[in-house]
Amino acid sequence: MIGFQHYLLLAALLFGIGLLGIVFKRNAVALLMSVELILNAVNINLVAINKYVLGGSGLGQLFALFVIVVAAAEVAVGLALIINIYRLKKSSDVDDFNILKW
Amino acid sequence: MMNASPLLSFILFIPLLGAALIMACPKEKHQPIKYIAAAAALISLLLSLIVFLSYDFQKAGLQFTQTYDWIKDWGISYGVGVDGISLPMMLLTALIGFAAVYASWKIADRVKEFFALLLILISGVMGTFLATDLFLFFMFYEVVVIPIYLLVVMFGSTKRVSKEYAGMKLTIYLLIGSAFLLVALIALFITAKDMLGYPSMNIADLAKLNFALGFQIFIYILMVLGFGTLLSMFPFHSWSPDGYAGAPTAVSMIHAGVLKKIGGYGLIRIGLFIFPAGAKVIAPVIAALALGNVIYAAFICLRQKDLKYIVGYSSVSHMGYVLVGIAAASLISINGAVMMMFAHGLMAALFFSMIGNVYEKSHTRSIEELGGLARQMPRMAVGMMLAGLASLGLPGTVNFIGEFTIFVGAFSHYRVITIIAVSGIILTAVYILRTMGAVLFGPRLEQWDHLQDLKGVEMVPLLVLGLPILIFGVLPFSVMDFINSGVASLLAHINNIMIGGIL
Amino acid sequence: MADILNYIWLIPVLPFLAFAAAGTVFIGKPATAAAVSIFAIAISFIISIITAVLVFTSAPGFIYESSLRWLDMPGLRVEMGLLIDPLSALMLLVVTTVALLVQIYSLGYMRDDPGFARYFAYQSVFAGSMLGLVLANNFGQIYVFWELVGLCSYLLIGFWYHKDSAKNAAIKAFITNRIGDFGFLLGILLLLITFGTLSFSQLPNQIGQYSNAAMLLVIGLLLFLGPMGKSAQFPLHVWLPDAMEGPTPVSALIHAATMVAAGVYLIARAFFIFSESAQVMSVIAYVGGFTALFAATIAITQNDIKRILAFSTLSQLGYMVMAMGIGAMTAGMFHLTTHAFFKALLFLGAGSVIHALHDEQDIWKMGNLSGKMPVTTVTFIIGALALAGIPPLAGFWSKDEILSGAFAGSHTILYLLGVFVAFLTAFYMFRLIFVAFFGSNHGGLHAHESPAPMTIPLIILSVFAIGAGLVNTGLTDFAFSRYITVSGLEHHEPVSAVMIISSLVAAAGIFLAWLIYQKQIISAEAIKTKFIPIYNLLQNKYYIDEIYAWAGKNLVLGSSRLFEWLDLKVVNGIVDGLAGFARWSGSKLRLLQNGQIQTYTVYIYVGLIVLLLAAICMSVNAWLI
Repeated sequence: MIGFQHYLLLAALLFGIGLLGIVFKRNAVALLMSVELILNAVNINLVAINKYVLGGSGLGQLFALFVIVVAAAEVAVGLALIINIYRLKKSSDVDDFNILKW
Repeated sequence: MMNASPLLSFILFIPLLGAALIMACPKEKHQPIKYIAAAAALISLLLSLIVFLSYDFQKAGLQFTQTYDWIKDWGISYGVGVDGISLPMMLLTALIGFAAVYASWKIADRVKEFFALLLILISGVMGTFLATDLFLFFMFYEVVVIPIYLLVVMFGSTKRVSKEYAGMKLTIYLLIGSAFLLVALIALFITAKDMLGYPSMNIADLAKLNFALGFQIFIYILMVLGFGTLLSMFPFHSWSPDGYAGAPTAVSMIHAGVLKKIGGYGLIRIGLFIFPAGAKVIAPVIAALALGNVIYAAFICLRQKDLKYIVGYSSVSHMGYVLVGIAAASLISINGAVMMMFAHGLMAALFFSMIGNVYEKSHTRSIEELGGLARQMPRMAVGMMLAGLASLGLPGTVNFIGEFTIFVGAFSHYRVITIIAVSGIILTAVYILRTMGAVLFGPRLEQWDHLQDLKGVEMVPLLVLGLPILIFGVLPFSVMDFINSGVASLLAHINNIMIGGIL
Repeated sequence: MADILNYIWLIPVLPFLAFAAAGTVFIGKPATAAAVSIFAIAISFIISIITAVLVFTSAPGFIYESSLRWLDMPGLRVEMGLLIDPLSALMLLVVTTVALLVQIYSLGYMRDDPGFARYFAYQSVFAGSMLGLVLANNFGQIYVFWELVGLCSYLLIGFWYHKDSAKNAAIKAFITNRIGDFGFLLGILLLLITFGTLSFSQLPNQIGQYSNAAMLLVIGLLLFLGPMGKSAQFPLHVWLPDAMEGPTPVSALIHAATMVAAGVYLIARAFFIFSESAQVMSVIAYVGGFTALFAATIAITQNDIKRILAFSTLSQLGYMVMAMGIGAMTAGMFHLTTHAFFKALLFLGAGSVIHALHDEQDIWKMGNLSGKMPVTTVTFIIGALALAGIPPLAGFWSKDEILSGAFAGSHTILYLLGVFVAFLTAFYMFRLIFVAFFGSNHGGLHAHESPAPMTIPLIILSVFAIGAGLVNTGLTDFAFSRYITVSGLEHHEPVSAVMIISSLVAAAGIFLAWLIYQKQIISAEAIKTKFIPIYNLLQNKYYIDEIYAWAGKNLVLGSSRLFEWLDLKVVNGIVDGLAGFARWSGSKLRLLQNGQIQTYTVYIYVGLIVLLLAAICMSVNAWLI
């Protein structure tokens, strides 16, 4: 029987993969994808908590929808930035994006 | 509240006003800027003279006081006033401030910034001596730091150490000193608030309290660290030679002349006044460290080659006498310490202004390169000789009065230390005469034939600083009576407290 | 007549005013500067004469005192006062006479010097300081003027500051004096602490009631350090011979007649302190006696005319100090007075010779001056005879007083020493005279007699050199001894045996010099080669200068080097080290802030995990307990 713990475990796993991606990936697109993974892990948690803790009030779904919207906006802005920087630098490696660093 | 006369506030704020006017000037207008600075310093000097001449030393105590509440919740007020101890310091600041403006007359670069900062500096120093409120005192002390840093870094000179290094060292030392003071101030404020029942930062109010001995010792140690650093007490003196060497002439004059004296003034007027019992416990340590100043610095002086280093170390050495006087804490010795601060201020400022003059024309301060200047620059030679003789405590100069009085006062308290300190007069004679010989006397050197002697405005520092050295040296009672009235009432107060209190 | 006492303050003040005027407004007008200076000292001289007449026609105990508050606070009061008693009246007379004559003489001697106005300004400030010292009524005032006199000496020795030798001699003089003053100042401090007053009129009473002999011993020895420096007693004598770098009239005024006498004057003035302690007195006596012998032996080998006179001054000062030490204060002051006149005469005579020979000072390059410079020669010989102690010239009477004192006080060693020094004195003076004034002209230099402003003071001084001794003989009923004395001091009548012996000894010295240097019966060269180590020792002044130079270089500069190293490396090193540590730790910690969000993410989660673990541990702990 799949229960609350399983959802949480899945979410934690997804979060961990996303976190490792953020820490170890150098490609900007891959970083954005990792961020998506973390956000999705949160979404799973939100939905699961809505069902098992709040008893299906729909508040969790509401927040999950918010997160999806914000993530979409974030990806849109992020990709636009990455494409612009790529045109400038011919690279999508974050290590090359150090123009603001002293 | 007594608000007798606003004279002191004028003395305090006219230089600031001058600075504001200068800020409003277009920066190409060099002459008007210099005239504004000179006028502000002159008015301040004249008002100081009026205060000095009309102070009633028979009555003693604080006079010309003005007090307004400022931050009532913390008991902070704007309070100014002078007593016999701050009076000579005020006059000294005004004299040196005026001379410093003229010593910088030849500045051609960033004139506007220079004189604005210089006037702010003068105001700040003046404020510390006039404040009767501890917070105000501390605030003015902090006001001083910023112009000092900027003046050294922007207008200083680089020799053995770079001017950036010198400016940074000077500033950080001042700030470390003030950090100790800030801790002392806050602790004092909180404790005093509990004892008084209401918040107060008034120095006289605080002095009426009888703090526990442990607390007194703790705070006094902090003050010795803070004020001692400012007074270049051994081993916290190393900012002094480097700082003076890097600083432009006017800053060296003000710094060595009066800023340093805030340390001694603070130790007497705040440290000793509010924490007499703590001071008594710590005094032997100060006396022992003072020997480090007197002898150690004098020995180092013997080997210096840069004129500013010589005066820098010699001022460290002379501050040792002041510390001995403060440590002995008798009427005579403190009279001497205050007199010594006054005398040393005049002497050091005169010395630095003469050195600045030579440096400006010859671009060297090395005593190995200079020589025989008495021939080419006889008036400068007279000025430097006067400063040198004052430095070695020759009778007829006001410095002798300071040294002699300290020796008499300290002798019955610290016999061995005083004897060693007196031997400093030999070492001082050795290094001063060696310097004078190397710079002023000896064969004429052709490469210095083009040097012009002092003339016109360049004579102002020599006269403004040189004449008081002689006048007060020949007629010492004319300033000692004031000092004595101030110190006597301070000690009378302390004795009352100590008899009525825990000790 | 007694009104003169209201004007005594003018005596020191006028020269100071002349200094101020000559040193500032008249610095560009040499003739005016000299006129102002001479006018001031002349007025002081006249007031001094009237004062002296008043004092010496009154009863011997005459005393007049007045003072002004100078430095005043509870527990410390220093006054500027005027004290007129026979002692100070005598000194006033000596100082103003010599100073006036020297200034007139300088008109000729310094005529072409570019620093003419400055020279007279210095002369004035010296005269003022010296007169202030003489008139002082307390130790504080004496110390003030004592130092000022030292300053004047520095300025005048270094007058030709462009010469390195003059510059160094001036520095040496000031510093050596400062060493003495260090002790003197400590002595004054002790006096003030112990007795609460510095006044000459109050101290004797206080000391009379005081019984701590050890304290009096310490005070006496410390105070004596001052005169040791100023009157150039061994081992602080080294500055005086070098002081001859100054212009010759200065040597005459300061380093022969007046300033060096200040030390002896101080001993006389403070005799009531020194005489309290027998140990102090014997220290004074033996230091003086040793200096007299020591300097006389050096003088016989010197070749520079001024240096010979300088060492003879040292030797005579030793005599005076020795006289003070054996309790013959009157004799010491008497010798001071006569010595001032004949030594000033000798120096001015030497100056006349040097002036005529265009700054030649080596006696072996002179010779046969007697024909060309008759006035100088005659007056110089009078001075030398007076110094050698040939009766009835001034030096004979005063030296005899000292020797009689030593003899009568049964200080046999000092007496014999004094007699031997008298022999040496006669010998080296006439060695100088036979070599420089007679014999052949070695250097081929052309001499000429000096102008009137220089010869007239010589003539006046030679009158004093002849006659000054008579004031303390039977002719005047020993007037000097009656006035210049302190209570409890007995005056020894001159012993005729002593007189005869000392005259014979002096004559023997002259005879020996005549044999060696005039007739050349005994070869000077042979003696020199036979005793070459001793000759070198004497010629090099017992290597004292070298020892001091070594000590200065190695001990003083060595510790200076050590302290500088300490300051730069240790004290400053710690400060810079702290700053360096801040900088270093900054540069290391800065690496943590690399600007990569990924790294920051790691920090955040690592931190989170650590916190979580900590929370778990704590809850487990709580549960376990």
